Amino acid sequence: MATLKIKNLEKKFNQTEVLKGINLEINDGDFLVLLGPSGCGKSTLLNTIAGLENSDNGEIIIDSQKVNDMEPSERDIAFVFQSYALYPAMNVEENIVFGLKQRKISKDKINESLNRIVELLKITELLKRKPAQLSGGQRQRVAMGRALVRDPKIFLFDEPLSNLDAKLRIEMRREIKKLHKNFKTTMVYVTHDQTEAMSLGTKIAIMNNGKIEQFDTPNNIYNKPNSIFVADFVGSPSMNFISGYIKKDENVISFFPDNEKQKSINLNSIKTKVNNSDEILLGIRPEHIFLKKEHAVRVTKDHNFAEIEVHPELHEYIGHEQIVTFNYYGQEILGKFSSSINIEIDKKMTLFVDLNSVSLFDKETKRRI
Amino acid sequence: MLNKINFSRIFLFLILGLFVFYYITPLYVMIVTSLKSMNEIREGNLFSLPSTINFDAWKIAWGGRGEGTSDTFLKPYFFNSLKITIPALIISTLLGAINGYALTKWKFKGANLIFLLFLFGTFIPYQAILLPMARTLGFLGISNSPIGLILVHSVYGLGFTTLFFRNYYVSISDEIVNAAKVDGAGFFKIFFTILLPISLPILVVTIIFQFTQIWNDFLFGVTFSFGEHAPIQVALNNMVLTSASVKYYNVDMAAAIMAALPTLVIYILAGNYFIKGLTAGSVKG
Repeated sequence: MATLKIKNLEKKFNQTEVLKGINLEINDGDFLVLLGPSGCGKSTLLNTIAGLENSDNGEIIIDSQKVNDMEPSERDIAFVFQSYALYPAMNVEENIVFGLKQRKISKDKINESLNRIVELLKITELLKRKPAQLSGGQRQRVAMGRALVRDPKIFLFDEPLSNLDAKLRIEMRREIKKLHKNFKTTMVYVTHDQTEAMSLGTKIAIMNNGKIEQFDTPNNIYNKPNSIFVADFVGSPSMNFISGYIKKDENVISFFPDNEKQKSINLNSIKTKVNNSDEILLGIRPEHIFLKKEHAVRVTKDHNFAEIEVHPELHEYIGHEQIVTFNYYGQEILGKFSSSINIEIDKKMTLFVDLNSVSLFDKETKRRI
Repeated sequence: MLNKINFSRIFLFLILGLFVFYYITPLYVMIVTSLKSMNEIREGNLFSLPSTINFDAWKIAWGGRGEGTSDTFLKPYFFNSLKITIPALIISTLLGAINGYALTKWKFKGANLIFLLFLFGTFIPYQAILLPMARTLGFLGISNSPIGLILVHSVYGLGFTTLFFRNYYVSISDEIVNAAKVDGAGFFKIFFTILLPISLPILVVTIIFQFTQIWNDFLFGVTFSFGEHAPIQVALNNMVLTSASVKYYNVDMAAAIMAALPTLVIYILAGNYFIKGLTAGSVKG
């Protein structure tokens, strides 16, 4: 049972500000994912929560207790490191119980916890082996065991899957998800992999340049990105941004892409408030673009879609789907379709855009409108 | 193609053979001379094998002739050297290891500057510290004693041992230390239970290096000690230089080999580790 609250946390390395006023609050049992590009400060934030690095300003509160001045070992946290950080000279069993031994827990209790973890992670046959004799996946398992055995208030994960191959990564991701489902412990997880973030998190904090860009549920992060940065960072391929301006006549709101005076997209259904001649970016996810009208009619709510004329330029086949690059009045748009559909390159065609799912961004502030 | 390879191989081995010969000849001369009697040395050839193997010279070099006070022999000085080398070796290695650990895994403000000073210390020539060290030892009242030489060698070696261990530990992941901190281990607990057990390669390098340095030292020995407290290299020098009338080449050679033997043994026992350890720290450092 643990809540985590971070208030206005700041940190500097020499002159560089790495954390510029972080505010976060998660409830007991939440799975918070810190997502962002490398160098955004997410690992530093995690290390400050753990107490491995000091903050310059602000508060970290675990279960209504301020922990800023506490040693890492006093914060009742467990940490799973990117490199697993197993103690090379100790075998698996010694690795797992090391933390318990430091805390002067009785032998019987230690054995009990050890057995519980060994059964849970199915690592009985590894107990007497040294870390060097383990495969990547096994090391990962042992590292988790070392964290789980202590039964801490909060689990902290620092890109724990990034050293595994693709297949194993998906397997371990599911195991972590299962662990969280079974234990309901509060977890904070750092990654730069958006798929990991989406699949694991109950809350995601997207970080950029030492600040939190958006702190929300995975669903909102994906469908209602707060800023161009978030929209661009999440999703693969990332969201299309069409640069243009708004024209408001009487009751009609139209969007004109740059370099085009005639054909516009009708945005009447958009709930947000826009003004005449606003410079905006229209954000469309590649999967919200359809090739056939029937398809658009069937899928979009209230038949709220727009027709746009484009020129297909490039075609990338990636197995179960294909990514096609279109030219839309000089701007690039990427669409994602099932690979069974045949598209003729260099032949003008019409696409259908689901207008329920588009996002509008202010060109200047780069924020969502 | 085959012929070409064979030719270059033969050439290579010829050159190597030449170098082997070049390096081994002095040792050969030392050994055969030490086993000859003085008569045989005077009459015979420098390179000829001894007619009979005769260990008298070795016995004299080690235990003397029993001629009273003017007689110099190595036995007491050999133990002097052991008394100096072993403690100085342990102190400088252990402190160097802790320094290297603190400088890499418990970074503090100015850690880099301090490391730079240690590094700078390795460039200080022996001669430069003779006078200040003599004053210091005098002030502490430990000049001309094994303790004084232990201090000198420990301090002088610290720069090197710190450098070795620092470069080794810098290549070991910080995350291991962080994990131990989260697990609740302290500074020394982490050092002794987690880092020291994986430091064998660099320990061997440091031990060989320091042992050789301290055992072979002449300048500190001759400056800071005399008489019965002198280390073996000083005694060897006295022995070879003070034999007034007759030069006993066989005894000199036996004594020289004896003085060099411990380092040779260490190299043979740990040489393999030495090569491995030298490169181990440099891979990522």
